[in-house]
Amino acid sequence: MKKRTLKVFSLVLVLVMALGLLASCANDDNSDVNEITIGILAPLTGGAAYFGESVRNGLMLYIDEFNARGGLQINPILRDEEGNMTIAVTMYNYLVDQNVTAIIGSVTSDPTRAIVPLAFEDNMPMITASATHAGVTVHPDTGQVFTNMFRSCFIDPFQGTKMADFAFEELGARTAAVLYSNEIAYSIGLMEAFIHRAETLGLEIVHIERHADHAVDFVGQLTNIAAHNPDVLFVPGYNYHVALIGPQSVTAGLTDTVLLGADGWAGSLERMEHDPSSIEGSFFMTGFTHESTEQHVLDFISRFEAEYGIPPNMFAAQAYDAAMILIAAIERTLAATDYEPDSEAFRLALIDQMSATDIQGVTGRITFDEFNNPQKTAFIIHIVDGVERFWGTF
Amino acid sequence: MLLVSQLINGLQLGSIYALVALGYTMVYGIIKLLNFAHGEIIMVGGYIALFSLTLGNFHPVVAALLTVAGCTLLAVILEKLTYAPLRFAPRLSLLITAIGISILLQNVAQFFFDAAPRSFPASELFPVGTVMLGNVSVAYTSLVTIVLSIVSMISLTILVQRTKLGKAMRAVSEDTEAAQLMGVNVNNVITFTFAVGAALAGIGALLFVARFPQVTPTMGAMLGLKAFVAAVLGGIGSIPGAMVGGYAVGLIEVLAVYVGLSRWTDGLVFLVLIIVLLVRPTGIMGRKLMEKV
Repeated sequence: MKKRTLKVFSLVLVLVMALGLLASCANDDNSDVNEITIGILAPLTGGAAYFGESVRNGLMLYIDEFNARGGLQINPILRDEEGNMTIAVTMYNYLVDQNVTAIIGSVTSDPTRAIVPLAFEDNMPMITASATHAGVTVHPDTGQVFTNMFRSCFIDPFQGTKMADFAFEELGARTAAVLYSNEIAYSIGLMEAFIHRAETLGLEIVHIERHADHAVDFVGQLTNIAAHNPDVLFVPGYNYHVALIGPQSVTAGLTDTVLLGADGWAGSLERMEHDPSSIEGSFFMTGFTHESTEQHVLDFISRFEAEYGIPPNMFAAQAYDAAMILIAAIERTLAATDYEPDSEAFRLALIDQMSATDIQGVTGRITFDEFNNPQKTAFIIHIVDGVERFWGTF
Repeated sequence: MLLVSQLINGLQLGSIYALVALGYTMVYGIIKLLNFAHGEIIMVGGYIALFSLTLGNFHPVVAALLTVAGCTLLAVILEKLTYAPLRFAPRLSLLITAIGISILLQNVAQFFFDAAPRSFPASELFPVGTVMLGNVSVAYTSLVTIVLSIVSMISLTILVQRTKLGKAMRAVSEDTEAAQLMGVNVNNVITFTFAVGAALAGIGALLFVARFPQVTPTMGAMLGLKAFVAAVLGGIGSIPGAMVGGYAVGLIEVLAVYVGLSRWTDGLVFLVLIIVLLVRPTGIMGRKLMEKV
């Protein structure tokens, strides 16, 4: 009796295996792959949660719209890395264990840079919507290009250089001070580029001050800066720094100086909902503006508002484009190859497809240079009457 | 001139540290407990102030009174619920309890108010702007902070030195059992000490958010630690010591920035603490320890 059960069981097993073989034969052109799993890393708690949530909203909007068209389905696995490098690495390993085909993330530069060398070893295709540090795609010491790593945002040196140009040419500034955090790669990258460019232009840097990432007290530094009374003060920090630096610059008597920032400033006004008067007249740079004339951008804005009840910010827009770039490349890879989507061969082919990207996103037309950085237009935002006004492209 | 404005900044910061340090030093003086939950009282105070201004739309004076009252009430409840049952337990149990409460309060706040910093409407609480003193511009908040903290400290000194309750506090601090034998209600005196410390923390919370207009569940942690350093630096258990320590820490931080060491402020504070403790283990104003035989 027992022996017979075993025989029947073996026979069934053989049949199942044979069927499986047939199924894989039919799999030649990958046309029946109907689900691809991708990982998403973002800080959803902690100081950078604002950026993380914006990026998640942009990504999920595109993924939901894509899935709603039928056909290939994208299954995202979202993990919170809390803006922390150690947790980011843990979450990356978790996603690798889940056999994801590609990863979108992370959001800020430091956690992203913690993952990139691992992802490079694993040939894991990655795209970030917002990590702007130059070292995200190129190793800063060896010059090694992380060929698997792409981004839909512009890079720190570009932003620092542009803001120095803007201060000198458009605002007529001749003296500048910088208040940056030497704990944040993003902030250091912008500071270096700004100062480098300022030297070339003849924009005199009268004072440089540093602060800790989670500092709350900036009055001392700002008082030092106020003593030099610079034309502009470049603050290459995040919105949670701006929300504290703004009011304290008034306390420190820094009233005639124009504050300048970069894309980390996005969301500062929300952070200062009760009294944004201290950053009135400031300028910052961003990769996305609502004041577009292009229909597909306006459509994106209204769909986003319908879904989340708030207008999309730069991070959400860049995330929407990042998802678009990745999913388009996945579709092209599926059409061109017959590799299993969780195989290394598929991932390598996907990386090739991503570098061949040429799409019209909501933040502009995106192609990648040899360092996997997109070539894009910068938009300048002017804070007037407590709201963000589009000043122009620069 | 720059030095003068930096010194005023340091006095403002030091005033806040001193107010918070008083809470540490009073509780330590009376039951030898390092109340590590003290920083979280400030955090709760920050949220009470925020919600009474934004959700309640109360007059700033009402909001300030609510904050101080809320902090006091919380400290009294915590004392009755957690420290009072441990009155005769080893001191280590009390310390662990205090750390536990600190973590609990942080997490409860994170659960209800989420971790993201919330902007605080500081301009509704204190007037924004500066006033010229000679040729140095001083922010109103700096003036209000320094004056308010000095007034608080004078009131506290009068309370401790001139009133019957103050006498009882000093007696309990000196010798708990003898005080009890002399008819002092030790439990009430201890609860009152917690209440006074928390009221000062409430004022500290208001002055803190006036200068740093944002509220987070962990805002009390570093402030509490700095104030604790201030209390130890001044001589823990000594009320004038806490004030001196508070001003010292505030001035060290700001002078570090003045000489261009802005990234080393925290390190310098702790370095000074180590040096002072090596030279004077009981702190600047601490009493010499007498070995009991």
